[in-house]
Amino acid sequence: MSINKVVQSFEEAVADVFDGATIMFGGFIGKPGSPTNLIRALRDKGVKNLTVVTNRCGGVDLDMLFEARQVRKAIASAPVPASRKPMSPFEAQYLAGEVELEIVPQGTLMERMRCAGGGIGGFYTRTGVGTAIAEGKEAKRIGDKDYILELPLKADFSFIRAHKADKMGNLTYWRSQRNFNPVMAIAGKTVLVEVDEIVEIGALDPEAIVTSAIYVDRVVKIPRKES
Amino acid sequence: MRLTDEQIAKRIAQEFPDNSFVNLGIGLPTLTSNYIPAGRTVIFQSENGLLGYGPRAKPGEEDSQLVNSGGEFVTLLPGAAIVDQAEAFVMLRGGHIAIGVLGALEVSEQGDVANWMVPERGVGRIGGAMDVATGVEKLFIAMSHTTKDGKPKIVKNCSYPITASKVVHTIFTDMAVIEVTPQGLLLKEVAPGLTPVEVQASTEPKLIIAKDLKEIEL
Repeated sequence: MSINKVVQSFEEAVADVFDGATIMFGGFIGKPGSPTNLIRALRDKGVKNLTVVTNRCGGVDLDMLFEARQVRKAIASAPVPASRKPMSPFEAQYLAGEVELEIVPQGTLMERMRCAGGGIGGFYTRTGVGTAIAEGKEAKRIGDKDYILELPLKADFSFIRAHKADKMGNLTYWRSQRNFNPVMAIAGKTVLVEVDEIVEIGALDPEAIVTSAIYVDRVVKIPRKES
Repeated sequence: MRLTDEQIAKRIAQEFPDNSFVNLGIGLPTLTSNYIPAGRTVIFQSENGLLGYGPRAKPGEEDSQLVNSGGEFVTLLPGAAIVDQAEAFVMLRGGHIAIGVLGALEVSEQGDVANWMVPERGVGRIGGAMDVATGVEKLFIAMSHTTKDGKPKIVKNCSYPITASKVVHTIFTDMAVIEVTPQGLLLKEVAPGLTPVEVQASTEPKLIIAKDLKEIEL
C-alpha cells in the first residue's frame, strides 16, 4: 500500500496553517480528546487572526493561543468556566473587546458541523427557541412545535486527538477522547491528527474504526512521555 | 428546616424510575447519582459521549482520557457505551433521555429556566444546557429556593436570559417540591418543619397547595 499520511513532527503537520484560518479543536473538558501537541505547534508557528471552533475557550492547551494573542474570534458553547476566578485569558480578552465570541449550544454546534461535513444546508432545531440564541434566525412551526434554522459550520483545518491511527489515517479513540473529534474530522477541509500509536494498514479492525481515512490528511505520533 | 444539597439530591433520586436513562448537570444535580434507591438501575448519560458511567475513579486509578461532562474522572459500569458528540446529542435532542436534572438561577411560573448567564459577568456558558432542557422527556430543576440574600429564585418571569421556555417539569429546592402545571405552580411537598405559608413567602408567584401536601421524606 502506498498511502502514507504519517508526518514526522507537529511542526510539519501545521506548516500550511495560515493567518485568518478557521480551525476546529477536538476536546470537551480537560485533557481527553484535546490535540495539545498540535496546539503547541500552532502557538510556536505564531499565525494570527484565527477563528477557533471549540467547546471551551481555554484549558491548559487553548489558553496558549489566547495568551499569544493569536485568536480573533471564538465559536464555542461553554467559552468560560463556571468560576471567573482566576479569569481565563479568553474571558479577559473578550471583556476588553479584543476577541469576538459566537456562543452556540453544544448540540447545535455539533449538528452545524455535521451538516457542513455531510453537505446539508442547515437544520431546524427546538434548541434555543425563545432564547437569545434565536435572535435573527428563521423560525418555523413544524407539527405542534417551534423550531429555528441553524446553518452549517465548516473549517479550514480540524485538529484532532485520537488513540490509534493506521498509516492511511483510519482512527480509533480511547474512552471519552472521542467527543467532538469525529464530527470535527468531517467538517474540516484539512484534518490533522495526533495519536498515541500508529499501526500498519490492516491492523485496525474495520468494525472498530470510528473516523475513516477519507477525512484525514496528516497523522503524527505523540512522543510517549507526552501522551 | 432547610434541606442540605445532599438531601435535595436524595429526594430527586427517588424520582428516577428503574431502568431509566438520566442526564445530570454539573454541581448539585451530579450528587443525585449517590442516592439511587436500592434495587433500582439508573443509567447516566454524559454530553461528552458516555452512557453508563459510574462513580468517580479512585485516586491513582484515573484514566486521563475518561471524564464526564463536568470533567470528573469517572469509571465505566458493565454495559457502558461510548459514543461521539453527535450521537450523545441525538440521545438528548431526540427525546431518548427520560430525565434531565439541571441547576438554575431562576425558574418561572410557566416553566422557563434561566441558568446560562449572569449578565453582570458579561459572558455566559451554555454547554449542553439548552439541548438538555429542550430535549429530555422530563426536566427537573435542583436549586436553593432563594438567592444568598433571600430573594426568590422561583419568579413570575425570569430576569436572567433564559435557557429554554416552558420546559420545567418539577422544581426540587431546599424548601419544597413544586410541580409546574398548566394551572400554575403546585406545591406538593415541604421540607420538614416548614409550612406552605413560609414557602409561599419565599416564592414570587402564587402557589397552589396540593390536596395531599406532605413533608419531604428524608
